Amino acid sequence: MTNRLLTVAFLAGLAVIFIQLLSGYAPDTDLNLTASYYANQTAPDLGAQNIVTGIIVTYRGLDTLGEVTVLFLTAAIVALVLVHGRALEAERGPKPFPAGELLQTGSRLLAPMILLLGIYVFVNGHLTPGGGFQGGAIVASAVLLLLLTDPMRRFSHRLISRIESTAGLLFVAIGLLGLLFAGGFLDARFLPQGWFGALFSAGAIPLIYSLIGLKVGAEFSSMLLSLSETEDEK
Amino acid sequence: MSTLTLLMAVLAAVAMLGGAAVAVASKSTPVAILAAGLVSLMASVLFVLLAAPDVAMTEAAIGSGLTTFLFFFVLGRVKEEQDDD
Repeated sequence: MTNRLLTVAFLAGLAVIFIQLLSGYAPDTDLNLTASYYANQTAPDLGAQNIVTGIIVTYRGLDTLGEVTVLFLTAAIVALVLVHGRALEAERGPKPFPAGELLQTGSRLLAPMILLLGIYVFVNGHLTPGGGFQGGAIVASAVLLLLLTDPMRRFSHRLISRIESTAGLLFVAIGLLGLLFAGGFLDARFLPQGWFGALFSAGAIPLIYSLIGLKVGAEFSSMLLSLSETEDEK
Repeated sequence: MSTLTLLMAVLAAVAMLGGAAVAVASKSTPVAILAAGLVSLMASVLFVLLAAPDVAMTEAAIGSGLTTFLFFFVLGRVKEEQDDD
């Protein structure tokens, strides 16, 4: 009873804080200094049509490298924790109930299209909303669909980890090229800016975002695969 | 914000609250997981209405896609375990 009273009191306190915040809220009429710099200078500086991508990949490139590293660590730890439970092919238990006709046929049609959409999203990251992280998650959801259809399906861990590490290395290498030939680490302007709004434009941004997309897709896929392949110790 | 987008935003917010309430109150776990996924889905609709399509894509792909699957996956595992005993 006291627990419930405490919860209600806590919620009421939160409500009071939020109501006060909301009643004192007046939307800004114009952008602050940093925001207006980004809004006005991203297109002429970097040639990226999608301002969000310009900020994420170039101005805040180091943060993005950190985020990718965190995701890599997570995937590595998941694999490390679950690898002990991975059952050998011969020791696996009885086959799970097979997926229905609808799911099997549907996934055969949908999986390539989802994969293509993911690749489209990260290749066009500098033009349309989305980018490496979103595209990578979409690619991983194609793997997920295949896993749902056939839980016994095996993917090559070696291939996935190769893709993941190659993309990571190339990402850092491109960052170093920026240090050598442009303004600093992860500066994308060492490649020509090209035609504004074209696929091959905005310097190295599409290249970097494609690598991030591959890396994120490989990391999510490897997490899903480790989860799926784990068998509990009997 | 025009009246129509405001109406849609209010609808999405109400659906989010409803989904959250169902997720907390529901006795059946699959229904609760689906309701939690609905909260994420409606959040991504709200992000689109607030002119943040990049965030909306992340929310839709990870929040309502991969997370929902993860919950179902673990649920399936737990059920398997219970059946074995």
